[in-house]
Amino acid sequence: MTTKTYRFSIYRYNPECDVEPYMQDFSFEAPSTDMMLLDAIEHIKVQDETLTFRRSCREGVCGSDGMNINGKNGLACMTHVSGLKQPIVIRPLPGFPVVRDLVVDMTQFYKQYESIQPYLLNDTIAPAVERLQSPKDRAKLDGLYECILCACCSSSCPSFWWNPDKFVGPAGLLWAYRFLADSRDNATQARLGALDDPYSVFRCRSIMNCVQVCPKSLNPTKAIGKIRSMLLKEAV
Amino acid sequence: MAINTYEFDAIIVGGGGAGMRASLQLANSGLKTAVISKVFPTRSHTVCAQGGITVALGNMHPDDWRFHMYDTVKGSDYIGDQDCIEYMCQQAPAAVYELEHMGLPFSRTASGHIYQRPFGGQSVNFGGDQAARTAAAADRTGHALLHTLYQKNLQAKTHFFTEWYALDLIKSTEGGIAGLMAMCIETGEIAHFKSRATILATGGAGRIYESTTNAFINTGDGVGMVIRAGFPVQDMEMWQFHPTGIAGVGVLVTEGCRGEGGYLVNKNGERFMERYAPHVKDLACRDVVARSIAIEIREGRGVKANGVDAVLLKIDQLGADVINSRLPGIRELAITFAHVDPIKDPIPVVPTCHYMMGGIPTTMHGQALTRINDQDHIIPGLYAVGECACVSVHGANRLGGNSLTDLIVFGRAAGIHVENALKKGDLPQQTVDESQIDQALVRVNRWNNNKDGESFHTIRDELKKIMQSDFGVFRDGQYMQPGLDKLDALYARLQNAKINDHSEVFNTTRIEALELDNLMAVARATALSAITRTETRGAHSREDFPDHDDVNWIKHTLYFGTEGKGSIDFRPVNRQPLTVEPFQPKARVY
Repeated sequence: MTTKTYRFSIYRYNPECDVEPYMQDFSFEAPSTDMMLLDAIEHIKVQDETLTFRRSCREGVCGSDGMNINGKNGLACMTHVSGLKQPIVIRPLPGFPVVRDLVVDMTQFYKQYESIQPYLLNDTIAPAVERLQSPKDRAKLDGLYECILCACCSSSCPSFWWNPDKFVGPAGLLWAYRFLADSRDNATQARLGALDDPYSVFRCRSIMNCVQVCPKSLNPTKAIGKIRSMLLKEAV
Repeated sequence: MAINTYEFDAIIVGGGGAGMRASLQLANSGLKTAVISKVFPTRSHTVCAQGGITVALGNMHPDDWRFHMYDTVKGSDYIGDQDCIEYMCQQAPAAVYELEHMGLPFSRTASGHIYQRPFGGQSVNFGGDQAARTAAAADRTGHALLHTLYQKNLQAKTHFFTEWYALDLIKSTEGGIAGLMAMCIETGEIAHFKSRATILATGGAGRIYESTTNAFINTGDGVGMVIRAGFPVQDMEMWQFHPTGIAGVGVLVTEGCRGEGGYLVNKNGERFMERYAPHVKDLACRDVVARSIAIEIREGRGVKANGVDAVLLKIDQLGADVINSRLPGIRELAITFAHVDPIKDPIPVVPTCHYMMGGIPTTMHGQALTRINDQDHIIPGLYAVGECACVSVHGANRLGGNSLTDLIVFGRAAGIHVENALKKGDLPQQTVDESQIDQALVRVNRWNNNKDGESFHTIRDELKKIMQSDFGVFRDGQYMQPGLDKLDALYARLQNAKINDHSEVFNTTRIEALELDNLMAVARATALSAITRTETRGAHSREDFPDHDDVNWIKHTLYFGTEGKGSIDFRPVNRQPLTVEPFQPKARVY
C-alpha cells in the first residue's frame, strides 16, 4: 500500500506552562487512503499525549470537535484530510477564550443560547395524547432543529466577535426561530419582545459566514431574516 | 489538597437521555438536583440514536402495548424480566406523549399524529403481521430527544456540572452509597458529591471493541464504578452487534432504512435474508440479521469495502423523496463516510458492536441490586438507568427502537421513585467514612504517579483486539478462555501503565486513562460471563454450544469483580408479568 506524508501546524497553549501560544508542526506517514481530520489528530495525540481537543461521536452529530481548519471553521470528524492544503493549519474556534490548545471556553455561546428560552412554551393544558401538527407545519422546523451547538457559526461571525454579550449570534437566533416557527408554541409575543432591541437580532449584518461554515448545512442568516420580518411586522 | 463537598438532594451521573429524563423529573418536583456529565449534555451518545422510539401509539394501524410486550419478550430470547417489560411497554405511550408536549419535533402523519415506522422484530397480534411502531423524528430521533430534554432541564433549573468526570462511588458505613467523587476536567479539581440518591446514567461501553458504532465517550464508567464498589453487573455476555455499521468506519446506519423498505444483498446481488428469515426477511431481529451477514461473509459472498468484508444495504429503490424526507441524516453519513450516495448506490455495511444489553441490575424503579445468599438486596442510595442498567427489558437481544423507550420510561421511573422516597424519608442520609474518600482517589493517584511503565495506548489497543477476535458475533470456548487469560494479564500490566501528560488543566489523556480502567472492568466482566453461559441465546452465539438450553439457562448471569479474579453468581429471570399472562419460551422464528 502506498503511503503519504501528512503535515500539520497546530495551535498550542497550556496555561500551566506556556507564557503565550505557539504553532507546532507535526507530521506522520500513513496509507494514502482517505482519512478524517479527527482520525489524524487522534493519531498525533498518540505521539504527543499533551495535545488537547474535544471529541465524542466522531460522526458529526454531537458538535464537540468544532475547530478552525485552514482558516475555516468546521468539524474535524466530518472533514476529509484529502481535501485540505498542507500543512493543515489547525487553530481553536476564533472569538472564544482558549482553555488549552484547541479547547475553548464556550460559556458566552451557551449563555446566548439560554437567553432565547430554548424550549417549547405552551400554557394551554396538554391533551392526553400528542398535540396535532400538520406535516406542513412540521416541515417549518426542518433546517432549524438539526443544530448541534458546535459554535462553528457564532465563532465565525464578526458581529458576535464584537458584541458576544449583546448579539445573540447565529446559533442562538436559529434556535429562537425554531421555537417561533413551531405551531405548538404560543409564546410568540414574549419571544419577540425579548429580542426587540438594537443588538439581539439587528447586529446581524448578513455577512453569512455562518451559512458558509455550518457543518449541518443550516442557514442561520435566513432564520434571522424571518425573525426580523416578524419584529418589523410587530412594530407596524 | 482541600476537597470541596457539594451536597444535593439527588445526583445524576450522565447527561444522556436517561439521566436527563430522571433529572427533569426531580428538578420539576423542586428537589435540588445535579447532573454530572463528562461532556456538555447534548454531546452525549443518545444524540446518535437515529431510527426512533418504539411505542404502541397505534398511529399507523390499531396497536396494543401487549403486542409490543410480546415482541420484546420474544426478542429478549426469554431472559428479559416480564414484569419490567410489561411496565415499559404499558408506560411508553404516556412517556412519549410527554416528550411531544415538551416540544420534541416528531415527524407527522397526514392527520398530524406522530409518525411511526416499521422496525425489526415488530408484530401485531402476538407474532402476526409486521407492525409500524417506532415513533420517529426523521432519522435524528436521538438528537431531537436529547436536545429537547436538555432544554427542558434548563427551564427546570437543573444544576449541571459539565465536563466533570465521575471517579468512584462513596460507600457508606451502612453498606449503601452516599455519593461519589468527581474531577473537574477543566481545572483538575476533585470534589466530593454528597447525596441521599445517586443515579448512574453513564451509558454503554461499546469502546471495548475495535469496531463499534459507539462514541469515544462510551467507556462503561458506571459499570466500572459499581464493580469496584463490590456490587454485581448482570448479563454482561450480551452485546448487540448492529447489522449495519458502515464498513471499516463503524458509523451506524439505522434499521429504519430497512423499515422504510431497504434490504441487504450479497456480492451476487441476492437478497439473502429471504433464506434466513423467510417471513420478515430484512426485518428480523438484530441478532438474527447480524449472524446472517456474518455467515454470508464467511462463506465468501461478501464484498470488499474500505479494506474489510461487507455486504450491501440497498435503499435507492425508495426514491429520492423518501430518502430526503425520512432518511436525510443517513444520506449525509453515507456520502461523508462511505463515499456513496444511497439515492444511487448501495451502502457497504458490516455487523458492528452497538449496544450493551447487560449492566447494573435494578428493580423497575431503577434501584440498584446486589445479591447475597441467593436473595436480591437493594443497595441503599444507588440507582441506575439507561444503557448502564440491566432492568432487564432487553435480555439477550434488544429490539431496535427500544433503547430510547428504556431511557425515557426508566429515567422517569427512577426520578419518580427518588422523589417519593425523599419525601417519605425512605432515603436516609448515610455516614461517610473518610477512608472511602481516600480509596476513591487511589486510581487518580496511580495515573498521576506512574511515570515509567508502558503506554496506556498499547494496553487499550490490545484490549480491543482481544474483545473483537474472541468475543464477537460468534464465540467459542476454545478462543474465549485464552482471551480471558490475556485480559487478566493485560489487567496486571495496566496497573503499571503510564500517561505522558501530568498537567491539571483539561488533561484529556488522564481522563482516557481513567476510562481505560473502566473498559478493562467491562471487558473482564464480559469475558467471564460469556465463558460461563454454555448455550446459545440471543446475541450470545456459541459454536461449541449451538443450542438453546431453556432448562438450565433461563437465568441472569451476575459478575462480581475484585482486584484478582472475577466470580459468577446467578439471578432468576422474572417470568411473571404484572397483570397479563406470562409469555412462554418458544423457538424464535422470524
